Amino acid sequence: MIPARDDHDVPAGMNYFRRTRDSLAACFSFLTVLLAVLSLVGCGKNEPRADITIINGAEPESLDPAIITGQPDGRVVGALFEGLTRLNAKTATPEPALAERWEISPDGKMYTFHLRTNAVWSTGGSITAEDVVYSWRRVVDPLTASDYAGQLFLVKNAEEINAGKIKDLAALGAQVLDPYTLRVELVAPASFFLDLCAFRTLAVVPRATIEKYGDQWIMARPLPTSGPYTLDAWRIRDKIRVRKNPRHWDAANVQNEVVDFLPVESPNTALNLYESGAADIIWDKGLVPTELLDILRKRTDCHNFDYLGTYFYRYNTTHKPFDDPRVRKALLLAVDKRRLVERITRAGEKTASHLTPPGMANYTAPEGLGYDPALAKKLLSEAGFPGGKGFPPFQYLYNSSKVHEQIAVELQQMWKETLGLKMELRQTEWKVYLAEQSKTNYHLCRSSWIGDYNDPNTFLDMFMSNNGNNRTGWVNARYDQLMRDANQQTDVKRRAALLREAETLLIRDELPIAPLYFYVGVTFYDPKKIEGIYSNVLDEHPIYTIRKKR
Amino acid sequence: MYFFKRALYLIPLLLVISFLAFVLVRVAPGGPFDKERKPASPEIERNLKAKYHLDEPLWKQYARYLAGLARGDFGPSLKYRNHTVNDILLQGLPVSLSLGFIAFGFAQAIGIPLGFYTAVRRGQWADYGGSFLALLAVCVPGFVVGPLLIMWLAVKFHWFPVGLWETPWHAVLPMVALGLYFGGKIARLMREGMLNTLSAEYITTARAKGLRESVILWKHAFRLAVLPVLSYSGPLLADLLTGSFVVENIFQIPGVGVFLVNSSLNRDYTMVVGLVLLYAALLVVLNLLVDLSYSLLDPRVKHE
Amino acid sequence: MSDRTLNGRERLTPSQRARRRFMSHRVAMASGAFVVALILLVLAWPIFSHPTFAPHLPQALTWAPDKLNDAQFHPPSAAHWFGTDALGRDQLARVAVGARVSLLVGAVGAGVSLIIGVLWGAISGYVGGRTDSMMMRFVDILYSLPSIIFVIVLITTLEVLVKQWMAKIFVGGAPEAVRLLFLFFGIGAVSWLTMARIVRGEVLSLRTRQFVDASRALGAGHAQLLFRHILPNISGVIIVYLALTVPSVILYESFLSYLGLGIQPPMASWGSLIADGAQQINPIRIYWWLLVFPAGVLTATLLALSFLGDGLRDALDPRANR
Repeated sequence: MIPARDDHDVPAGMNYFRRTRDSLAACFSFLTVLLAVLSLVGCGKNEPRADITIINGAEPESLDPAIITGQPDGRVVGALFEGLTRLNAKTATPEPALAERWEISPDGKMYTFHLRTNAVWSTGGSITAEDVVYSWRRVVDPLTASDYAGQLFLVKNAEEINAGKIKDLAALGAQVLDPYTLRVELVAPASFFLDLCAFRTLAVVPRATIEKYGDQWIMARPLPTSGPYTLDAWRIRDKIRVRKNPRHWDAANVQNEVVDFLPVESPNTALNLYESGAADIIWDKGLVPTELLDILRKRTDCHNFDYLGTYFYRYNTTHKPFDDPRVRKALLLAVDKRRLVERITRAGEKTASHLTPPGMANYTAPEGLGYDPALAKKLLSEAGFPGGKGFPPFQYLYNSSKVHEQIAVELQQMWKETLGLKMELRQTEWKVYLAEQSKTNYHLCRSSWIGDYNDPNTFLDMFMSNNGNNRTGWVNARYDQLMRDANQQTDVKRRAALLREAETLLIRDELPIAPLYFYVGVTFYDPKKIEGIYSNVLDEHPIYTIRKKR
Repeated sequence: MYFFKRALYLIPLLLVISFLAFVLVRVAPGGPFDKERKPASPEIERNLKAKYHLDEPLWKQYARYLAGLARGDFGPSLKYRNHTVNDILLQGLPVSLSLGFIAFGFAQAIGIPLGFYTAVRRGQWADYGGSFLALLAVCVPGFVVGPLLIMWLAVKFHWFPVGLWETPWHAVLPMVALGLYFGGKIARLMREGMLNTLSAEYITTARAKGLRESVILWKHAFRLAVLPVLSYSGPLLADLLTGSFVVENIFQIPGVGVFLVNSSLNRDYTMVVGLVLLYAALLVVLNLLVDLSYSLLDPRVKHE
Repeated sequence: MSDRTLNGRERLTPSQRARRRFMSHRVAMASGAFVVALILLVLAWPIFSHPTFAPHLPQALTWAPDKLNDAQFHPPSAAHWFGTDALGRDQLARVAVGARVSLLVGAVGAGVSLIIGVLWGAISGYVGGRTDSMMMRFVDILYSLPSIIFVIVLITTLEVLVKQWMAKIFVGGAPEAVRLLFLFFGIGAVSWLTMARIVRGEVLSLRTRQFVDASRALGAGHAQLLFRHILPNISGVIIVYLALTVPSVILYESFLSYLGLGIQPPMASWGSLIADGAQQINPIRIYWWLLVFPAGVLTATLLALSFLGDGLRDALDPRANR
């Protein structure tokens, strides 16, 4: 019987086992140590919690007012940089900001702004009319490549400078009369120009910093800001922290010290963070899981509000048979919009028969088409496709998202059952969707539009024939004329009538687009703990009014 | 010697990869600056492209990129225009690295013992039970495990935070969500390796010589059995290290993994190429380490 | 004395021996039966909703997978064994239809992995030296390109072209199938890489063994050595990893669906159903059936495949001497 022994009995050739065992042991212990160290080092810094933590939607692409386009970007920029006017937190109407007061000429084309003398940069130094003019020139400068330069096109020569026709930036119709007085000349009178002055793109930016640092000027520290907050930290995908600017002219009314913006894109993650108390507020319409809305809507911390956004789909009017308005009308008449908002979106949206959302200042929209399957069938037969026979199969383009997919499937079903049409779904990712839409390479395409300011023009001007956002191939001279006339009109009532006529043409007679429903915004916060957020149609919530209750 | 020869391959390899990624991402339709609202004039679009040299011929853009690379500059991010790719990577990489390492350790820590155990108890209920657990881990993806863990352990019982990355406590749930799947795979591979090795000739010899079973298992069988696990570890670690898109999304962790997917979807050309280069470099280095360790573990393997 | 007996015991050919070993492995047999039953059920499913059979079957088996219903989010019931989803579609039907896609996806991934991956890794490990380096560098290159871009580019650039081309050939023909094809291609292109690595590692370690020298001394050629001696010895690792490749590709397809790049609606796959179901997990109200059933079916199938693989592995193991 051979007793069990250790390695010693093993032939010499197997000694390497001992060496390798040792090296393996060394490896493993090293790894463990490494892991331990890493787990301590890697995990973030220990900062004190902000006064208010807001889940803001997607990560801002930039904080430069001249180039941002997204809403989440805009909310942070609104805290950092200010313009001549700002929108009142409760009514969303323009009120004095950097400009203390102003005069408007009788023809509505000349504005004279008087700036506050106590407006200073967060790092010191006055904010003057020069700064305003510099900022606006920068926006229209083609080299800045600002997406929203169009917001300034009301100002004389802005469009020409931006198109490269006038090379001299100084030709812009904004002149410095003295350090605190600014004169602006418009190409046409516009009742909403003061609203525009509150728009992010027109905010005032620090010239010296931009000239010194170029594109990366936002990363300069300290960053001079013109608004009620300064930028404390911006860590991508982590948070943006802003801190109260003590030098701001309205600092006394700023209700909090430190605010964090969290860039969260997934609705479930947002809900988890909110429910566990890691965040105080959720505001971004895409951040609510629609399946839960029926429960969430009943909670006191869920605040619904109407706002200026419409969900619609476009027809490619250059593609047969969608060049026939009867076909377009027939398809829309067969859609039961109520079913869509009750079963899929569930936030209590109103169905839309017209494009401009309700609640627009000084304007009542015309009624468009409702739900009438009998009329739909009749129109389809008149157009030459009785019972859907002979109608070519067509595709509905949309970008990947559950809600869009569900709506598409419902539409598919409705058109199949009511009209006997065969529709295919075409889901693509975002960039491809945009590319196809701009090339008008689609049959039907899902769309939406959010208003930039409280005036029907922001919805209606995009369907003029030369507007890049038209994307339907629809050209109508009468519509163009009506829109042009409306925007030259100073009388509010007559202007509203002209716009109404244009919109009737759009959504009742011609129908290059089919409105489905109006967006409802949802904001989450506990009213027992937070106050200072006011609902308004623009979804404008300045940060400085928000406050934690004691 | 071998190490240096392999390391030398790194440069041309990275060049090829960078070129492929460079071209591939530009071929996809849609550009980085396409937005829902069209800018007011075509002049603006032209200027935007010109600013980032996207209107130049491809070879010129690539040459420009290489010149920047030689300076260590990965270029500006086309989506986050106030940041450079270097910025974003420097911020996110340490986070992804720690998460990846921790998850790797977790995966090995549950996988290797489980595989070992099920191999030793082959054919018995313990084997079936253990294999069932391992396979369950493999079948349930991260975007199911993550939310489930959050729902039960974070929201219901409040044992862990729901997300973000602030204290070591925040790392536990992401570690499990990320590592569970790979742990299951490792368990299966380990089991296979052990079964293979246990029936080898030298093991029979050792048994015949009367060595204790535990000595046989640990000192002799284990190091060879772990080879398939090792082969898998190289790519696995690289995958984990560049972060997991899903886990970082669900737990809101500021790592680099999210960018791997999002930059492609956003057509952020510079970001994509930068990330690909990083990933490739890591992968090659790790594979090299793995190859070297083959000869450590199995002395019969020689590298020329 | 008969040829078939030696010392009173039956003398069987290796394949007969393998078959007998396999059949004695009860769990593997049961798993095999499960997989076969599943495939038959999936193939037979469209027949259930056919008007001649439908009246004789319980209603729960006869729903069409894309028929919308008013019954939104109904939990499992007699009318809908797996419940319904946001649009009222019957989940049992969707799981059955999704099985087709997922099993196909799994099969393609496994097939590509088996053929290309094993061959590549085996040749690379066997030949060694510079060829090995180059072959593995190629694998590294393919591995480092994020497959997401690859998939996006494939799907977006080529899909439109191929769809037009196919529409001309098969008039009114399946455009959904085109997306499926590209998915297969994309998935296949990445699924063989790790298999190649693993096989190469094993072959590297095996080719220095004594039995290799012995066989070579007996005059075996390289191909014979590789296919009849080395590969059978690593068949275990291959089978196990193959059984892991199937869930891997199905879950990769699930991930693509999560991103919106996967299967086009109204088609469904287990992967897309799981991705949708995963969105339902939240602390307020969970429609658990949307996740549990697709995930459960997937798990059961993969367990069956794995145990089947184990049985195969045991049966084919050249060192077993039962």
